Amino acid sequence: MNNKVIQTENLTKTFGDFTAVNTISFDVYEGEIFGFLGANGAGKTTAMRMLSGLSTPSSGKASVAGFDVYRQTESIKKNIGYMSQKFSLYEDLTIRENIELFGGIYGLRGRLLQEKKMALLKNLELEDDQMKLVSSIPLGWKQKLAFSIAILHEPRVVFLDEPTGGVDPITRRKFWDLIYAAAAKGITVFVTTHYMDEAEYCNRVSIMVDGKIEALDSPDRLKITHAAGSMDEVFQQLARRAVRKAD
Amino acid sequence: MKQFFSFIQKEFYHIFRDPRSLLLLLLMPVALMVIFGFAVTNEIKNNKLAIMDLSRDEASRKLINRFSASPYFDLSVLVPESASLETIFHKNKAAMVMVIPAHFNEDLMASHATTLQLLADGSDPNTANSLINYASAIIGDYQQEEFPETASAFQIVPITRMLYNPELKSAFFFVPGVMGLILMLISAMMTSVSIVREKELGTMEVLLVSPLKPFMIVLAKAVPYLLIALVNVLTIIALSVWVLGLPIRGNFALLLGESTLFILSCLSLGLLISTAAQSQQIAMLISLLGLMLPTMMLSGFIFPIENMPMPLQVISNIVPAKWYIRTIKAIMLKGLGLGAVWKENAILLGMTLFFLAVSIKRFKIRLQ
Repeated sequence: MNNKVIQTENLTKTFGDFTAVNTISFDVYEGEIFGFLGANGAGKTTAMRMLSGLSTPSSGKASVAGFDVYRQTESIKKNIGYMSQKFSLYEDLTIRENIELFGGIYGLRGRLLQEKKMALLKNLELEDDQMKLVSSIPLGWKQKLAFSIAILHEPRVVFLDEPTGGVDPITRRKFWDLIYAAAAKGITVFVTTHYMDEAEYCNRVSIMVDGKIEALDSPDRLKITHAAGSMDEVFQQLARRAVRKAD
Repeated sequence: MKQFFSFIQKEFYHIFRDPRSLLLLLLMPVALMVIFGFAVTNEIKNNKLAIMDLSRDEASRKLINRFSASPYFDLSVLVPESASLETIFHKNKAAMVMVIPAHFNEDLMASHATTLQLLADGSDPNTANSLINYASAIIGDYQQEEFPETASAFQIVPITRMLYNPELKSAFFFVPGVMGLILMLISAMMTSVSIVREKELGTMEVLLVSPLKPFMIVLAKAVPYLLIALVNVLTIIALSVWVLGLPIRGNFALLLGESTLFILSCLSLGLLISTAAQSQQIAMLISLLGLMLPTMMLSGFIFPIENMPMPLQVISNIVPAKWYIRTIKAIMLKGLGLGAVWKENAILLGMTLFFLAVSIKRFKIRLQ
């Protein structure tokens, strides 16, 4: 657990005179499930975009899977998976076509792609439904499928941007079983969420307020240091200090 | 390369999963060709003509016979003396009224001069003008043949020939325009809509985080529409050759090459639109207002550029379709080669590179 997969040091992003992300520093270790919490507009998405190579930081240092976020974004992209808050599969393609498309984009081919596809379908018990259009399956399935596709190429890190929006706690719990399985295989999971039950599932949690990381520890320790009964209370205490308005 | 092909394959899935749109894309050129080929024609035939004959003599009868023999006019009513001419127009009974004055024959014989009144509905000026011209020509013929002695001793008889389009078929005029319009519509609008759709759905984010280069994403989006547009070019050419009887006097391969160049410039325009538009509706609106209208109005497709006021003539230079239509006319109808259209080619190529450069720049800014 001491192999650092993500390292940031005073990472900052400014847009004009607005500082979206303000000197954040943290490390994420291999196989860890790292919760990245914050109210809307706190700077989570901007931070995640910098780490995934979509946006260049204004200052500070950061590396992902050993690659520098300024100079080696191409290598970063090959070594990460990504699932966005907006639903990230193609609705008018079948389950199977989505798997083959994203497998192909990440350079999987031939027999390897076939094997991985079959394993994925088996794991999600979708073998009989693989010819179905994604638009025809329930949201909970789509999310599990999207996650499984995001880690099909066995990335070092997978970024999940509010992956479980709009589903009930039981479906969320099932989704998290997949996350645990992935972490057990050594894939580092970096997840943003609004649901505090999910925050409890993480190994460690950071809470961003107005572009800064205000707290970073395991959920249990955060509850003790903030004298709170639940992660929800911890979050409320910290988020109340926010000056910035949520958008 | 494998990545690239996976992506192109996906684009084709999108298109084939939406058979209605595909059908629309493939049939639109056919529909436009039929509309322009058969429904919209610049020649006005079988116009209803009302005649008020106040003379009823030999000369007036001969003149009336000439009118009824003409394909341009249908002699619909012979109006009695007492009738109100206004009502004829109000009730739409005729597009033109000819009034032959009393003593028509007598005046002609006696004083070698008489008058005739032609009334046309000026609320449609183009038609009215054409009708008056047709009628004047018929009257002129009549005069020449009935009274050859009245002709002056010295005559200049112009012998006219319409080069490249001897029968003055309107198809010669509109086929290049329809090609420009269709290609612009399909290439620019469909590409911009398909890119913006990915933005709207959020899949663009996923693609941008993937190892696919943004340039490849955009290129892969353009490939299927390039193919569809080429199918359209072939459809239009086939229809115009076999149904409308148009010749292809120039090099067929050159024609296809020029069309590809134009399609590429439209695709790059579509890309530019997609960097500006945030939703599919806006992309469609920009394409329709910003591309379709100028292509219809300012490319020389419908209105001759030479007759436009100076500012519009200047603006017409930035409409890509103008240059394409000129090229196509030169190759298809005049049978000219690459040497004659290099200027148009250079302009189109320049435009394409400019649109591409601006869109790539804007695309990168968005990524910041």
